[in-house]
Amino acid sequence: MAKLLATIRFIAGALALAFIIATITPAPVSAQGGPTAATSEQQLMQQLKGGVIRGDVSIPDKKAANLIHPAGRNWQTFHTVTLKWVGGIAILGMLALLIIFYLWRGTMKIEGGRSGRNIVRFNAFERFVHWLTASTFVVLGITGLNISFGRALVLPWMGPEAFSTWSEWAKYSHNYLSFAFTIGVVLVFLIWIGQNFPTAADIEWLKAGGGMGKSHVKAPAYKFNAGQKLLYWFIVIGGAAMIISGYMLMFPFYYGMGVGDMELAEVFHGVVGMLFVALILAHIYLGTLGMEGAFESMSHGTVDINWAKEHHPLWVEEEMGPKGARTQPAE
Amino acid sequence: MARMKFLCDADRCIECNACVTACKNENEVPWGINRRRVVTLNDGKPGERSISMACMHCTDAPCAAVCPTNVFYTTADAVVLHNKDLCIGCGYCFYACPFGAPQYPQVGNFGSRGKMDKCTYCAGGPEADGSKAEYEKYGANRLAEGKLPLCAEMCSTKSLLAGDGEVIAQIYKERVKTRGYGSGAWGWQTAYHETIAS
Repeated sequence: MAKLLATIRFIAGALALAFIIATITPAPVSAQGGPTAATSEQQLMQQLKGGVIRGDVSIPDKKAANLIHPAGRNWQTFHTVTLKWVGGIAILGMLALLIIFYLWRGTMKIEGGRSGRNIVRFNAFERFVHWLTASTFVVLGITGLNISFGRALVLPWMGPEAFSTWSEWAKYSHNYLSFAFTIGVVLVFLIWIGQNFPTAADIEWLKAGGGMGKSHVKAPAYKFNAGQKLLYWFIVIGGAAMIISGYMLMFPFYYGMGVGDMELAEVFHGVVGMLFVALILAHIYLGTLGMEGAFESMSHGTVDINWAKEHHPLWVEEEMGPKGARTQPAE
Repeated sequence: MARMKFLCDADRCIECNACVTACKNENEVPWGINRRRVVTLNDGKPGERSISMACMHCTDAPCAAVCPTNVFYTTADAVVLHNKDLCIGCGYCFYACPFGAPQYPQVGNFGSRGKMDKCTYCAGGPEADGSKAEYEKYGANRLAEGKLPLCAEMCSTKSLLAGDGEVIAQIYKERVKTRGYGSGAWGWQTAYHETIAS
């Protein structure tokens, strides 16, 4: 009896095994399927189309499992060619425009002359937020441009050792000041969002060319004009893109990011950064050399009433009532 | 001068990882850094292939092109080396490298990276050949002693070949002709813009 049971078990086992083998053994790939039939570099390169040939490694660093990553060559072209053109055109183009504009228009004067009376435009906290963002931005911009253009423009006259030391400190300042810049951008977003939604006046302002032409067309604006609103939203949205891509580069390969994600982060960071620098150049120009009476709004926090009436008439009405009813002099 | 190259015959590699160990030992490579590693494709499946990979010492190397401080240089033997004293650890060479060769020791907070380390083709660095400073920064300089990289020298199946590109290509061609198959010279197209017709 035991012998019979053993025979049945054997037959059943053999059948089960035969079934398993039949199910898991794959059909031969091709008639001549030699040892290399399934894997050759040519074949894998054709399949991947710019991605990564990835396998398995027995070491903890799983990045090492990427065997070949031809896309690195594309990123190389972006970084060494495309980005330099984008940056060069954006920044030099903006500088050229500003110089031409200055030669044509000169400093925009307060047309009614100074009234001698001031109105508070930015309180101390607003100015703190502005200068926190601005000062860190200047350092971030210069140290960032050093990464893109330093090797071509600065290294030749600084020499390799000095340039390397400077670049290392530049990298540290870029990394650490990013936190202060982040706080600045978040605060900019929070304190001025109320005055930065589009209004009907913005369309008129844009139609009037911001009143920046020589014809002295009046352009209406509340606390911020349409141009400033566009700048605000670029700083908030572009700043967010810079911050997110920047932290990705500062924390490389965290949370399962692959080399493709890192490259993408650098592409964003580079392109948006170049545009950012170009726009801020225009902002600096209009806030200093380009317009009389503008800089004091961020230095002392007050502006001349005539300046305010010319550039932000609707805001003056909001602050002082129509036609400047409250006429007591500023103390 | 010779144009030095690596060639891994994947049909011979048995994933023993001895090249990895030899490299670490010969060059005193620090913890967490692998100048060479063995990658297995289709692990456990039909068509499984293992390839030993390190810096391929590319023709017009992408790392050298993107480096913001210009630390890379190519020797007369076409070996791509770098000067650690000038490296700022930005990580760009890793993004550009088609072979994942550059490695960075973790030196501080966040993702802050130390001086980049990679395969030197056992050819050291810019310091005087065989000097203590060179050994501490870059590891052995076997090339200066007339020897080839240790990983390839001690490969038990002679899968990993190092030496003049034309010579090792010829060896590989003969192998493919004799045995009737070959999965290709891995990475050659990407690194040297050429492949070995078999």
